[in-house]
Amino acid sequence: MAVQSPPVASVEQVQDYRNNSLLFLTFRRLFRQRNAQVGMLILGFLVLVAIFAPALAPYDPDQSLIGVESIDKRAGPCIHLLGCPADQPEHYMGVDGNVRDQYSRIIYGTRVSLFIGFSTIGLAVIFGTIIGAVSGYAGGWVDNIIMRIMDVILAFPSFLLAIAIITVLGRGLQNALYAIAIVNVPVFARLVRSSVMSLKELDFVTASRSLGASPLRILFIRILPNAIPTLIVQATLSIGGAILEAAALSFLGLGAQPPLAEWGTMLGTERNQVFTSPHLVFFPGIAIMVTVLAFNLLGDGFRDAMDPRLAQLAKS
Amino acid sequence: MIQYIVRRVLLAIPVILGILVVTFLIARAIPGDPCRSALGERATEAACEAFNQRMGLDQPVLVQLGIYMRQILLEGDFGSSIRYSRPVSLMLIERLPVTLELGVSALILAVMVGIPAGILSAVKRNSRIDVAAMVGSNIGVSMPVYWLGLMLAYVFSIFLKDTPFWLPPSGRLTAGVIAAPFYKVWDWQLVSGSLGAQAADFFSNLVLFNSFITGQWHVFSDGIKHLILPAVALSTIPLAIIARITRSSMLDVLGAEYVRTARAKGLAERAVILKHALRNALLPIITVVGLQTGTLFAGAVLTETIFSFSGVGRALFDAITGRDFPVIQAFTVVIAVGYVAINLIVDICYAFIDPRIKIE
Repeated sequence: MAVQSPPVASVEQVQDYRNNSLLFLTFRRLFRQRNAQVGMLILGFLVLVAIFAPALAPYDPDQSLIGVESIDKRAGPCIHLLGCPADQPEHYMGVDGNVRDQYSRIIYGTRVSLFIGFSTIGLAVIFGTIIGAVSGYAGGWVDNIIMRIMDVILAFPSFLLAIAIITVLGRGLQNALYAIAIVNVPVFARLVRSSVMSLKELDFVTASRSLGASPLRILFIRILPNAIPTLIVQATLSIGGAILEAAALSFLGLGAQPPLAEWGTMLGTERNQVFTSPHLVFFPGIAIMVTVLAFNLLGDGFRDAMDPRLAQLAKS
Repeated sequence: MIQYIVRRVLLAIPVILGILVVTFLIARAIPGDPCRSALGERATEAACEAFNQRMGLDQPVLVQLGIYMRQILLEGDFGSSIRYSRPVSLMLIERLPVTLELGVSALILAVMVGIPAGILSAVKRNSRIDVAAMVGSNIGVSMPVYWLGLMLAYVFSIFLKDTPFWLPPSGRLTAGVIAAPFYKVWDWQLVSGSLGAQAADFFSNLVLFNSFITGQWHVFSDGIKHLILPAVALSTIPLAIIARITRSSMLDVLGAEYVRTARAKGLAERAVILKHALRNALLPIITVVGLQTGTLFAGAVLTETIFSFSGVGRALFDAITGRDFPVIQAFTVVIAVGYVAINLIVDICYAFIDPRIKIE
């Protein structure tokens, strides 16, 4: 009887497997999604605006124009192309109560908001992953205690809890970031815990354990990489919410403090002037909305790309 | 069924205890001296000592926690506001009805518009209606509530001034419009301070309810007018989310075999969609409606600020900035327990809609 040699995968086949990894497939589907395309387009635009803010902004965002130009405070938008007299200084979005160019402030605000979104959710992902991984891997009473604590945090409406945390930590942008990160931790902890629990009894983990791998190695090298795709989806979806909450905190005067050009703060300081100078409220709100929309669209796209069944359904 | 409900209720107890402990700890962790915030910056040491003794603030924290738990759980006593020297329960009687009316009308709006919009989107998938509804809901989710509120106030009270569409930009009722409480209209004899009198006060503070049952129509219409803009602003995000979930849940169900069977046996399309499909699509929709109720409470802080409503959200915010511990504790507990109760109701609804759940 002829001895059959064991099947050997060709280089092309290996390449093929790689191209079919979950993350790769997800990204390929993502780029074909209408929602995700629009989201990425807006987001790319915002990132460029944030990077090139000094080049794009005609004025220093914090500089008051009193004595520099003859312009009233809270003057409305003046665009020469749209019929504003040429002898008046041009301000695309008007000037605010301190006679600062609102357009420049909106542009610089992009930096703040993108930073808020990425940093808060980044922190929440890191701590949520550690907590969820420990909880899911250890099981037993450790798991029980950690998850009950997470339940209690989730029992509060997140925005109210964020307000309460800021009151303890004190006002300011940095503390607002911590507060929003904290209220977002349970979501990621639950997510990671459930994927750790579903994976830890599988054969490849048992194999790794029987080879003598340490628990930390098993957890971080073998198990957690499998949770990355779901984490990315949830993180993208959460960033929009985080930006919205940070802006709301700043609006109430608890987050970013003046004179920082932050959209929520800009809205909050001028909110009583809405009846006389609506432009000072209108533009920051639009900026917040567009940014949040971009992240939400991208997050939706990610989710559909991860779940081909849904994508199929949407197409049919 | 009863066993299932009892188990759910029992499971909620540790969460509520946890909420009590957390609110207590948060209130205590807030930096600043409650005595100075109540008596003023220049209060003497002796005055502060007497104040702390009266409020029980000189006891160890654990003892304070014990007293606090006993008061709330056994006596139903939330203590007195440090700033206003009034029982917190009185403040709740005044303010909770305002927030309830606002929240309930926003929720009704979100459900009445969101679910039909979602069903329509799913049935007419990829049509113009569907695309418009989904673009609208994406924008709705991304909108800052307070911004929408300010813009609505501007459009309806300044832009549409002197038209029939004019709406008031702030306040619960126009100054001077006062509703007589129903118990006075009907001449009820109530012992002041009794539970019955407090309950009557609570219900008479529901402006729409009170003016409706007593037939004070000018108050009723004024109350409605003041409620429209805040309710619309507050309902946007829940509405958008409910519409999206309804759509995806309906899409899931509409592709199922039994829906095809229902169509094949000649049922009217209306019956197929509303009776067969919707009932099975309801589970995720109810979950989301429940979750959004919590968002409504949080949104109420912002909406009440914009429209000058003296509700729970605004009071809580003022208490936090003024370090009024008893008020912070009581209002947070009420909101969080309300949230837990809603989740409980949602869980019980599941069992009614999907009989498989209670067997698990």
